[in-house]
Amino acid sequence: MATELPPFDPAKTAQFMMRHGHSAKLGLNFRDNGPDWVELELPWRDDLVGEVEREILASGPIISMLDMASGLSIWTKHRAFVPIATLDLRVDYQRPARERSSVFGRVECYRLTRSAAFVRGIAHDGDPDDTVATMAATFMSISQDPRNV
Amino acid sequence: MSDAPLTPYAKSLGIFVHGDEDGTPVLGFEFGSDVEGRPQHLHGGATSGLLETAGYALLRKELQNLGREHRLKPINITAQFLSAGKQKTTYAKARIIKLGRRNANVSVEAWQDDRERPIATAIMNILMAEPDV
Repeated sequence: MATELPPFDPAKTAQFMMRHGHSAKLGLNFRDNGPDWVELELPWRDDLVGEVEREILASGPIISMLDMASGLSIWTKHRAFVPIATLDLRVDYQRPARERSSVFGRVECYRLTRSAAFVRGIAHDGDPDDTVATMAATFMSISQDPRNV
Repeated sequence: MSDAPLTPYAKSLGIFVHGDEDGTPVLGFEFGSDVEGRPQHLHGGATSGLLETAGYALLRKELQNLGREHRLKPINITAQFLSAGKQKTTYAKARIIKLGRRNANVSVEAWQDDRERPIATAIMNILMAEPDV
C-alpha cells in the first residue's frame, strides 16, 4: 500500500528551517508563495547593517535570503523536498534599501530538469516594481547516497 | 586591523581578520550555528558574506594606500559554489583584477583545509563613488 506524501508546504518548511542555523541568525520570515515562487522577509536589524555610518541592511544577508527563497521555490514547484546544492548565484544591486527598512526576496523557479533547477528573483523594500536587486541562480540536485554524507 | 573596520554584519557573522599576506587581508570565520545551512554544512549565503567582506576589505585597504577616498557601493556579485563547506574554519582572500577610476573588479576565493581547492569563488564589480554623497 503506497502512502502518498502530502505536497510540499513552503510556509511550514520555511517556518521550520528559519528556527535553525544561518536563517535563524538573520531572522528571516516567510511571507507568501505561489505554485513556483516564494517570498521571504529580512527584517531590518542594527547588527545586519553593511556600513557603520548608515542604517542600511548589508548585501550579505540579502544574498542569504535570496538563496533560501531559491531553495523553497524549487521545492514548491517540485511539490517535494529534494536535496539541492547552489551551483552559482548572481545578484545585481540597483540601489541601497531604505534606512531601517525590511527587505523582501521573491524568487521564482522557472525551469526544473532532472538534475538542475533555474531560478530568478528580486529583492525589494515594499514596492516590487522598484527593485533593490535582481538575481539569478542555478542549483543541482544532489544524490542521496548516505555513504557520501 | 584597525584601519579596515569590519561591518556590523561581518562582526555578527563572526568574521575575523586571520592575517595579512603581502598586504592582502585574509579573513575567516569558524563553523557554528550562525553560518550553518543544511545540517553540518555551511550556508551558501554565509559563505557569500565572507567572500564579499574579503573583497571590500582588500579594496578599502588598496584605496587607502593610494590616498583615495570613496564610498563603495556593490554593483554585482557572482558566486560559484564548488564544494560543500564542512564544519571547519573557512578563510577568504581577494585579488583586485582591475582598479579603475569609478569601478573595480575583484575576485575572491574561500577555502577550508587546502587553498588549492577553494570551496567557493566570487567576482564582484564595485562602484567607487564620491565620498559623502
